[in-house]
Amino acid sequence: MRRDRLLAYALIAPSILFLAVIFLIPLGQTIALAFTRHGTFGLANFARMAGDLNFRNAVANTLGLVIVVVPLQLALALGMSMMLRHLKRGRELILWIWSIPLGVSDLAAGLVWLGILTEKGYLNTILYHLGVIHGPVSWLTYETPLALFIGILVAEIWRATAIIFVVLVAGTQLIPAEFEEAASVFGATAWQRFRRVTVPLLRPSIQTALILRTVLAFEAFAVVLAIGGQNFPVLLSQAYLWQDTNQDYGVAAAYAVLIMLITLAATLFYLVALRPRAGEVA
Amino acid sequence: MAELLIEGVAKSFGPVVALAEATLAIGDGEFVALLGPSGCGKTTLLRIVAGLEEANCGQVLIGGRDVSALPPRARGLAMVFQNYAVFPHMTVGENVAFGLAMARAPAARIAKQVARAASLMQIETLLGRYPAQLSGGQRQRVAVARALAVEPAVLLMDEPLSNLDALLRLEMRAELKAVLREAGTTTLYVTHDQTEAMGLADRVAVMHEGRIVQIAAPSDVYRRPASVFVGGFVGNPPMNFLRVAAVSGEVRLGALRLSAPMEEGGLLLGIRPEQLAVVETGGFLFRVAVAEPLGTHLLLTGETGGQRMRAVVPPDATVVAGAELLLAFDPAAIRWMDAASGRAIGAA
Repeated sequence: MRRDRLLAYALIAPSILFLAVIFLIPLGQTIALAFTRHGTFGLANFARMAGDLNFRNAVANTLGLVIVVVPLQLALALGMSMMLRHLKRGRELILWIWSIPLGVSDLAAGLVWLGILTEKGYLNTILYHLGVIHGPVSWLTYETPLALFIGILVAEIWRATAIIFVVLVAGTQLIPAEFEEAASVFGATAWQRFRRVTVPLLRPSIQTALILRTVLAFEAFAVVLAIGGQNFPVLLSQAYLWQDTNQDYGVAAAYAVLIMLITLAATLFYLVALRPRAGEVA
Repeated sequence: MAELLIEGVAKSFGPVVALAEATLAIGDGEFVALLGPSGCGKTTLLRIVAGLEEANCGQVLIGGRDVSALPPRARGLAMVFQNYAVFPHMTVGENVAFGLAMARAPAARIAKQVARAASLMQIETLLGRYPAQLSGGQRQRVAVARALAVEPAVLLMDEPLSNLDALLRLEMRAELKAVLREAGTTTLYVTHDQTEAMGLADRVAVMHEGRIVQIAAPSDVYRRPASVFVGGFVGNPPMNFLRVAAVSGEVRLGALRLSAPMEEGGLLLGIRPEQLAVVETGGFLFRVAVAEPLGTHLLLTGETGGQRMRAVVPPDATVVAGAELLLAFDPAAIRWMDAASGRAIGAA
């Protein structure tokens, strides 16, 4: 009995050690780094971060991206999983095709969309042939913030909707068909079935997908950097800039801590906002 | 409340024929049970009536209106599902009110109907709870209350009692019968449990391999089965069938001389185990292989002339395995069956 218990801990130990060494210790160090400047403990790094010209832009861009992209992706993924649910044939093929972006790396996806949206890219070529534009037009500069934002939005939607989609597909498969059938027998229209039965029953999956996707959206980096560069600063690209270009690890760490706090707050928000009502779950 | 007419409804799933041309007329307020073993097509037929499954051909009429092309929600039905399908994210009250809320009924009417249905099913005290806080029997009650609350033209029930334990099932059966009689709702009830079908229904439609093989009052189905299948499926223990031969219009079984429905040839003699009585003289020889005392009666399994047979005798009889008895019966209780087709001879 005692030996069994020791064995269990022994088997768990490597993973704990692994996480501790490459996650918990660096996390502690990052936090320490963020609160230390020139050997003194305090908020100096945060003051430097907040005082930076690009800080407000980075915050606004990141929040704007999250606020627009996550609901859009949720709506799209819900629609996609509902369509898939009602398909009789070719389900696997379509599931597979819709999941392809999951297998594409962030940076590759960013470069693909850069190729489409850049001055002499595919989009402009098509627009030129259609007679909409008469020469190369730049969409991705700081002078065209809306076009730049939409470009990044489209790329993010293409790249990351599949994450929400696969979580929701897994969730819909757990809902017995009887609930939707009961709803339709009792007079619910397709929309009422969706609103009153399917979405509430999908709530745990929606919660998971939202947490996952929102955390990742706050950490948007490669796609944004590829398409927007420093024309579209976001929190993580600023952290990278301070670390890599400015060689100021303290401010970079402050950015990292800020991102962590924001994502923690978002996760907490979803956990509370989408919790089941008392008594709903046994 | 309305009459339900099913006309020539058939359904195949690919090469598999689930339902072969079913026709069934259910009167206003009548309770009909679709009875059959699993895979006989009874649930498919129910789902076609509900609109959850599309028939390959045929029509479904409710109150004289052809609803075949209508979606489930436009058919004026209610249904009780086998696994209840009580919405887990709604309270009992919200569940019972669901159909009325979907139809955007006025709040006062919803409140009144919910209260009435809840009181019929005795779940008034549970209205604020969630299904996860209820027992199986209570969820069952919620499912029935939800169906009754919409005052449907036709009520469909798909094996509603099959998930309850035996005692609860007995209780719910009696209660359902009383409640549905009071509500006077036209009901189509699917079950594989012959006791349920017999106990609840005004008429029983027995299904076998995608066909309705007999539609009759429970006592008729029991006493006058239309085929060997029905005689064997309805009744516990099932009807005995003995292969016998008619000679000059007569069948001899031991000392019994029975007038046969045909002059010459082989046929099956169907007789219910409880119609058999132990006699001192006359009768035919029955060798007991197993005697099971079941409290209300003694069930004997054995053989006569090399053919398997069961007999039910009073519980005080002292019979042991290996005993040889003389059995006899009233010839009027015989159900003659055609040996080749398995159908009743001269059946009405």
